[in-house]
This record gives sequence, C-alpha cells and structure tokens, in this order.
Amino acid sequence: MNTEIAGIIAMFVITLLLAIPLGKYIARVFGGEKTFLDPVFNPVEKFFFKASRIDVTREMNWKQHLYALLSINFVWFFLSFFILTNQGWLPLNPDGNPSMSPDLAFNTAISFIVNCNLQHYSGETGVSYLGQLIGLMYLHFVSAATGMAACAVLFNAMRERQTSQLGNFYNYFLKSCTRILLPLSIVLATFLAFKGVPMTFEGKDTITTLQGDTVKVSRGPAAAFVAIKHLGTNGGGFFGANSAHPLENPDYSTNMAEMIAQMIIPFAMIFALGYFLRRKKMAWAIFGVMTAGFLLLAVPTVIFEMNGNPAIEKMGIAQHAGSMEGKETRFGAAASGYWSIATTVISTGSVNSMHDSSMPISGAMQLLAMMINAFYGGCGVGILNYYVFIILAVFISGLMVGRTPEFLGKKVEAREVKIAAVIAILHPLLILAGTALASYFAAGDTPMGWWFNGNATGWLNNPGYHGFSEMLYEYTSSSANNGSGFEGLGDNNPFWNITTGIVLLLSRYLPIIGPLAIAGLLADKKYIPESAGTLKTDSSTFSIMVFAVIFIITALSFFPALALGPFAEYFTMF
Amino acid sequence: MKSLFSVIILTLFTLVLFGVLYPLAITGIAGLAPGAGKGETVSVNQKVLGYKKLGQSFTAEKYFWGRPSAVSYNAAGSAGSNKGPSNPAYLKEVETRIDSFQVHHPYLTKKEIPSEMVTASGSGLDPDISPEAAMVQIKRVATARNISETQVAALVEKSIQKPLLGLFGPSVINVLELNAALDQIQ
Repeated sequence: MNTEIAGIIAMFVITLLLAIPLGKYIARVFGGEKTFLDPVFNPVEKFFFKASRIDVTREMNWKQHLYALLSINFVWFFLSFFILTNQGWLPLNPDGNPSMSPDLAFNTAISFIVNCNLQHYSGETGVSYLGQLIGLMYLHFVSAATGMAACAVLFNAMRERQTSQLGNFYNYFLKSCTRILLPLSIVLATFLAFKGVPMTFEGKDTITTLQGDTVKVSRGPAAAFVAIKHLGTNGGGFFGANSAHPLENPDYSTNMAEMIAQMIIPFAMIFALGYFLRRKKMAWAIFGVMTAGFLLLAVPTVIFEMNGNPAIEKMGIAQHAGSMEGKETRFGAAASGYWSIATTVISTGSVNSMHDSSMPISGAMQLLAMMINAFYGGCGVGILNYYVFIILAVFISGLMVGRTPEFLGKKVEAREVKIAAVIAILHPLLILAGTALASYFAAGDTPMGWWFNGNATGWLNNPGYHGFSEMLYEYTSSSANNGSGFEGLGDNNPFWNITTGIVLLLSRYLPIIGPLAIAGLLADKKYIPESAGTLKTDSSTFSIMVFAVIFIITALSFFPALALGPFAEYFTMF
Repeated sequence: MKSLFSVIILTLFTLVLFGVLYPLAITGIAGLAPGAGKGETVSVNQKVLGYKKLGQSFTAEKYFWGRPSAVSYNAAGSAGSNKGPSNPAYLKEVETRIDSFQVHHPYLTKKEIPSEMVTASGSGLDPDISPEAAMVQIKRVATARNISETQVAALVEKSIQKPLLGLFGPSVINVLELNAALDQIQ
C-alpha cells in the first residue's frame, strides 16, 4: 500500500487505541478515585488550595461553576495582556522583539484564553520568550483545563439522579492540568526535544550557509510549547509557520506524534463519558457519529490534495507528489490533507501546511469542519457542543413520535430547548455577520481610516472567490475557537483584531454557559425511570437523527456562503 | 472580593508550575538531546554548515536545489506564499519557474519536472526534496562538477531517507546533507 495512506491510517488507529485507556483514566480523575500520580500531586494541590483559601470539598451548583470559570478567565486576560504589551522591556527577550500594540495584544490575549490562538503576529518577531512562556504557553494549559473542567461538570450533571451539587470547579480545573495535561506534555516535549525541536533560551543564531550567504536562525524554548499546544488543542505555534516549520515539526515521526497528541484528549473525553456514566454504548454511539462526520470531511480532502492542482496539471508538469504549494516534502500531500481536517474538526488550529493554498474542495471541508464544530471538538468543549445537538435531536424526535422528550431520565422542556436553539444559532450568526461586514467593505474597496492602513481590498492576498473564502475562514475560525487561518489575509490591524476579538469572546463563553445551564437545569429535575416508551439515546436510529440535525442546521446556515467561496472557485477550476 | 483573591493566588501558583518549572524541566531534559536543545547542526571538519532541519538557498549549478521559498530561506522568519490555487498571478509565477527550470535543465521534457520544484513550501524553510526531484537534477550537477553521473546518482541513492519504519510517509532527501557530501567528493 501507498506509504502516505498507511501513515494516516496508522495515526488514526494509534490515537484510538491510546484514547480508550486514557478515557478510563480521565473518568477516574473526575470521579475522584485513586490514580498513580496521587503521591506526587496530592500534596501540591493541597498546598495550592490552602494558599488560595479555596475549599475544594464545597460543591457548586451550575451558576457557581460559571461564576468561578468566568472570574478566573478574567484574571488571566489581564495577566496576558500586561505581559504582551510590556514584553519589549521585560526580561527573556534576546532578539529584542517589541511590545505588542494594544489592539494586537487584546486579540492575542483573548485568543489564547479562549483556546483559539488566532495569532495575528509571527512568533519569531512578535513575542519575546517571556511572552511565549508566561503570556501564552501558560494559557495553553489553563484554557484547555477550563474546557475539561466544564465538561466534568456536564458529566456530573448527566450522572446524578436529582441534584444541584455538581462538584467543585477549581478541583476539576487543577486536576485536569496536573493529572492529565502536564504528565502527557512532559512525555511529548521530551520526545520532540530528542527529535530536534529546540528548547533553549539563547536568541537568534547567525550562520554562513554552504553557498556563503549569511542568515539568521530563530530558535527558542519551543519543545515545551509545542507539546501542550497540541495536547490542549490550542494550536498557537511557536514559530510563524506553526507545525509546518522544520524546528517545530522536524520529521514524519514528530508529525505523527503531534497529530496523535491533538486528537487524543478529544477522543478520550468521549470514552471518559462512557466510563463515568457507565454507559459505554452511548460513548461508542457518539464516537460513531463523530467518526462518520470526520471521515466524510477527511477522505475528499486527502483525495483532492493527492490529485494535485488541475491548473498546474494543464502546464504539463509531473504532479506525482500531489498539490505541493504550501506543503512540506517530509509530510507529503496525504498527511497534510489529513492534518488540515483533524485540526479543524478538533479546535486545534495548528497547521502543517498552508490552508490558503489548499484545493477549493479541501478548503470547503476545512470550513465545514469548523462550522459544525462538534465532531470530536476541542478539549472538553467538543462534548459540550455535541450535547446541544443531542438536546435538539431529543426534542425533534420527541415531537415526531408524539411524546414528551426525555434525555437520561429527565424531561427536556421549553427552557432547555430555547437555550439550545440560541446556542445553535449563535455560531452561524457570528460567522455570517462578520463575513458580511468585511465583504461589504471589501466589495466597495472602502478606505478604512484608523481601522486598516489603506482600502479594504488591501487585506486580501488572493482575488475573486478565494478572497471571499479568506474572510469567511477568518470569522469561522474565530467563532469555532479554532485559530487556523487562510493566512494570506492581512489581519494584524485594528479592524480584524477587534472584530475577531469580539467574536472570540462571544463564541467561547456562551457555548460553555448554554450547555452547562441546560445540564444544570436537567440535573435539578425529578428523575423518571426508563420505561418501554423511553427514547433510546444510544441506538443507531438516534445516532442517525443527531447526524441529520447537525447536517440540516449546518447546511441551511452555511451552504450559501460556501457556494460563494470555495464551491464557486471549484467550478471555475475543474 | 474573597473569591477574586482566591483566583489570583491560584493563578500565581499555577503560573509557577506550568509557566516556569515545566519549561525549566524540559530545558534540562533537552540538554541531553542531540544539539543540546539548541538545534542540530551539520558540520564538516568542525565547520558548521548550517542547521540540519533548516533548508538553505542553493542557486549554483554545482549544487542540488531545494524548493522555492516565500521567505528566501531566511530562517529569521518563516511563511508560505498563501497563494490560492486559482490565483492568476500565482499561476503565472509557477509558469515562470517552470521555464527557468527548463533553461537550467534543457535535457528534461516538461512532463519530467516535479511540481514541488516550482511550488513554494509551507514554512519557506523546507529542508527536503523528494528522490524524484533529486534524480532530475543529477545530470546538471554532474556536468557542472565534471564528474560522472553514476557517481552523483550513487550519492543521491545513498541520501534517500526511507519512510518511517519503511511503512509510513514519503521518502525524502535532505538537500543540505546531500550537497555537503557532494563537496566531499572533490
């Protein structure tokens, strides 16, 4: 078999095999059971909580959870904003990189707190090592743990018969960091360091090349950063080219490791749900729907990338390697296409090829992956997003069979469905309104004044339909908390920094608040034992129903926009 | 107010653990890795020729060439071209690259030119080319160096890095290492 295809199959299978035991372990961590890391971290956690005067035995209801979550996120914003706007004079800045402008720091700080990592700067010139480690990498850990803690609250709410006490937020948060993210990061960072990812505090090196040119080489403490960037599904790279950079992703083995790392926790969370609720069948049903969706996006992308660019085909040269613009030789077209879908279904947003140069259908698949945003999904939040679709599917199925909709023994009523509907509508609203605004300015080539240096079309790197896709992609990536980009877009200016910054805030917190509110409300209701008339939510019929709901909502909301961008480009080329 | 105090203190302690101790531990471990965490270099006779994983610009006839780069192989930064597949200006640029490649390799038909040699990499620092892309350059390099083609071909053959475990991913050739080995012949 083709070694490139074998490579991507191996990546998927290894991830799945590792995710099942990891899911079991995560369920134990959230369940407060004994784990092998207790002797190391129990004293550390105890000390942290004592010093900060947090009583972790105090259980919280869903509103108290949200209050804790939002207040600690608020503190992180100020910490990161301060470091980024002052890094120029702070220590650990061997390359003398400047402090960020306030609008860029606003966008960057929010973007890393909400687990998006848009990166309107380039790592080599835009941040100091202090900014990388304290301003950004710290947020890699805690933003991922925020999502996982929210997911733990959801698990609790789904398991309990009738309660408003859903565990302690700070406990879930810190345990996600110390028991899951940190140990895995240490293992991965060590592997990466031995494979050639730098981990040094020295600044740029100057070398004379074989041909006699003098060039500078950016380095830095990258290995630690790159490990958690993937495990936490953050995706913000150390260098500008992200995981396409040879020092961030030196060979095929590191590419496999980074790929597995970004998918493993989202996979494991699904199995953790199964173990935690003792409903393994439901976990496999959810995993089945997500995998079907993932494959429907990934397979066409890999095929289109391996077939190459038809416009270059016409020039009469050999495209044995596939479409290679924006791709690295050591990964090849197949692994690059696969990565581009994995990173967009999961909200990582790290890239090992430049998505802006992908084939039109691949671009459409990357966009769709983020528009759906519920196949696997980011650390913890993937399940929260999927939960909204479950509630909608339960409601619609209930209407179809003429029964009161129930989910896990709780009646789903008007209030919960309203919240779910608002959350489901929010995502298309933010994406399409943002894109409409930017397209309006671009279409009229409007002078942008303070907002952008020059006329609006100046921010496009490509003309025509593809230019529209660049703007659509940026808002989609922001709203899906993804962080990848059609990076040709000139986005480091007040217009893009501020508008995407606002989208980032709304699209992170409302989709956490919504599902937790629904789960909290349901947990508070009286438990109705299962009967013959209960809708089976782990059956294949129900799985198809959820898939249909996801497809209909996305198709209705987004296909017109996709038709104007990638699909139109496709029909002009093929 | 009390809870704000709590979250600030918790933030500070976790900051020390994840933002300071964790990277220091990894730096310590990386010190044992090849290149001591500062990046692996390629040297011949104690002279450093460059970083093993970072591509360099090769334009001379006597060297194997790497791929086009959007940052001219200046490793102070990194980027792809971000040109869309249907962009007319981009397609014109590719045609120019094909023409220029043909001028330097007059013995090739168009059908033999691999697309990777006329398209820019994702990072602009791609250290590798495919074995096919090296094969088509053998004649030019051999002529420029006045050595036999079989000698160069043998070296190319020796430089091929097979897929991972022989199973996964593409075969590649590191251009810098190949060229450094080439210089050793004469």
